[in-house]
Amino acid sequence: MTDVLWTVLPPFLLLNGILVFIAYLTLLERKVAARLQSRVGPYRVGRPHGWLQPIADALKLMLKEDIVPSAADRPVYNLAPIVFLVPAFLMYAAIPFAPALALADLRIGLLFVLAVSSLEVVGLFMCGWGSNNKYALLSAMRAVNQIISYEVPFILVALVPVVLVGSLRLQDLVAAQDPWWLVTYPVIGQLAFVAFVVVSLASENRIPFDIVEAESELVAGFRVEYSGMKFALIQLAEFTHLFGVACLGTLLFLGGWLGPGPAGLGPAWFLLKAIALFVLIVWIRWSFVRIRVDQILALSWKVLLPAALALLLAAAVVVVVRGGGGA
Amino acid sequence: MAETGTRTTLEYGYGGNERLVMNMGPQHPSAHGVFRMILTLEGETIVAVEPIIGYLHRCHEKLGESLTYVQYPTIASKTDYVSAMTAELTYVRAAEQLGQIEVPQRAQHLRVLVAELQRVASHLLWLGTWCMDMGGAMGGGATLFLYCFREREAILDLFEALTGARLLYGFHQIGGTRYDLPAGWAERCRETVAQVETRLLEYEAMLEANTIFLVRTQGVGVISPELAQEVGVAGPLIRGSGIAWDLRRAEPYSSYEEFTFDVPVETTGDCYARYRVRMQEFRESIRIVRQVLDGLPAGPISSRPGVKSVGQVKLPKGETYARVEGPRGEVGIYLVSDGATKPYRMKWRGASFSNLAVVGHILPGHKVADAVAILGSVDPVFGEVDR
Repeated sequence: MTDVLWTVLPPFLLLNGILVFIAYLTLLERKVAARLQSRVGPYRVGRPHGWLQPIADALKLMLKEDIVPSAADRPVYNLAPIVFLVPAFLMYAAIPFAPALALADLRIGLLFVLAVSSLEVVGLFMCGWGSNNKYALLSAMRAVNQIISYEVPFILVALVPVVLVGSLRLQDLVAAQDPWWLVTYPVIGQLAFVAFVVVSLASENRIPFDIVEAESELVAGFRVEYSGMKFALIQLAEFTHLFGVACLGTLLFLGGWLGPGPAGLGPAWFLLKAIALFVLIVWIRWSFVRIRVDQILALSWKVLLPAALALLLAAAVVVVVRGGGGA
Repeated sequence: MAETGTRTTLEYGYGGNERLVMNMGPQHPSAHGVFRMILTLEGETIVAVEPIIGYLHRCHEKLGESLTYVQYPTIASKTDYVSAMTAELTYVRAAEQLGQIEVPQRAQHLRVLVAELQRVASHLLWLGTWCMDMGGAMGGGATLFLYCFREREAILDLFEALTGARLLYGFHQIGGTRYDLPAGWAERCRETVAQVETRLLEYEAMLEANTIFLVRTQGVGVISPELAQEVGVAGPLIRGSGIAWDLRRAEPYSSYEEFTFDVPVETTGDCYARYRVRMQEFRESIRIVRQVLDGLPAGPISSRPGVKSVGQVKLPKGETYARVEGPRGEVGIYLVSDGATKPYRMKWRGASFSNLAVVGHILPGHKVADAVAILGSVDPVFGEVDR
């Protein structure tokens, strides 16, 4: 009995912990955005500073009528938000928050996270296709274009630390960054970090690369027909996925749980860095305009892919020259 | 042009066969009101466009025939509600021209003052909404939109102190203006325009140093000088295409000839050129505002008494055309009088209407995302298009 409990309890806690955490990340984003726009942001619901706003939002969305368009492909339409959400949560299964604090300590942890992370495109396309709406369909087409184009450089950039450290295990990757985080690695570290941020913005469909959502052209893109709780699930999946990628960036480049103070502070350091990365992404989002679909593809194939390959090659050369490290 | 049943669409040469007909508007975040475009797409590329207008038609020209010369100026402001001051001005100028009514010098200067402040407010609204078209309501565009609204708000506060209204003013009357500047207003006005001027530098820094903004606007939606003249666009659109045409310079009215200002012209004709023209017009307008405040002549603000009865203005028989340079270009009114207290016929030339006609010519060949950027750069106000 206790065995079963120990198998079920940690994922349960993690799942719910993430849910609450993500809900408050939305509040953080709204507050940061408001600050950038010289506004106050949520304030009324839960004083001070609207700390009950995420809960009010969730309640409101739950109480909304769930509308299924009559021409929609019902099974696909209904299944899509779940298909979209599950991979986002699966990413966290392999993410270590501290040396021994991970649900699964996989030897191919990075590979697992990357693989699961790119599954989101399936759910996204199902949303666009199942809605039977032209805006949604165009958006889904853009999404497939964009995500496939950016997964390649995304994986290549994520491989740079792997080559330098010589392991796919996320725990090893972080341990190798003691005391110098990878972002401080001369030249390659900084370039790879910048490339990682740019590419993850694109693969997360965030402004300036949010052509998938593009509400000024495609109204709301693939989720135009979704309402109520299904809409909430899609939003939740996007935020979960985004924070998952911020966690990955923290692990690969910012030294994960490493930081001054006792080892017990590890998870706090980890979350702090991930939130800082998240705020950076939010900052970029609220200061840029959107790039066009052909330009976004040209950027991926003509600039980022060669750059990522060059970085990977440079890392490999470094490993060969200094001898060891690489597998 | 190809006739497809009853529809007329502008076509662009293309070789594919997979087409998608997509409806944009009249309910669309970037419809700038109630514009409808039926786009035919090949992938993401627009191959044909059918613009449809008329969703905001309110029979303004008929209203003009049924309301007296005293009543209509306040209604005139509801055509181009983003630039109510110049819309009113057009009507009262037409009536004054027809009745050969003198306007005192002070009133002329006050008219220039509010027209230029209105231009600044209108361009601020354009910049904000245009950036929102390109940057999204959930992104950098919205940030700039809110910044622009913050500044526009300050100018609307000025108008509120002057007339008591924030959007539709009723400031002009035949023979002059209805209100004079309240105490301390000039000082407040100077502070506001100084602040707008410094904030403009911030916007330019935010936009022009941004590669993404540049690639989205440069070379997009090019209007050649020939096309501009053929279609009859005016205002920042024609000046963005390299033709220095500004009624304030070409045909000065309301004492514009007494002020020094430049007419900004850009030659490339793309969205970026139109953006640059408007950004410079902000500066020129502020320059004129300062000159007016510096040398405001004393004297009466109207050659006629205030409104006592609706039928107090009677114009002689005749017809006339009066035009002013609004923020969007030439706004004109053709007025026919049969000697009564109401016009026999009134015809509007809406700047937005003529400018919008160019959209069908330049959209094909562009991507869907460009469609909203181009429409935004044309800066249509649908109250004026549909009237």
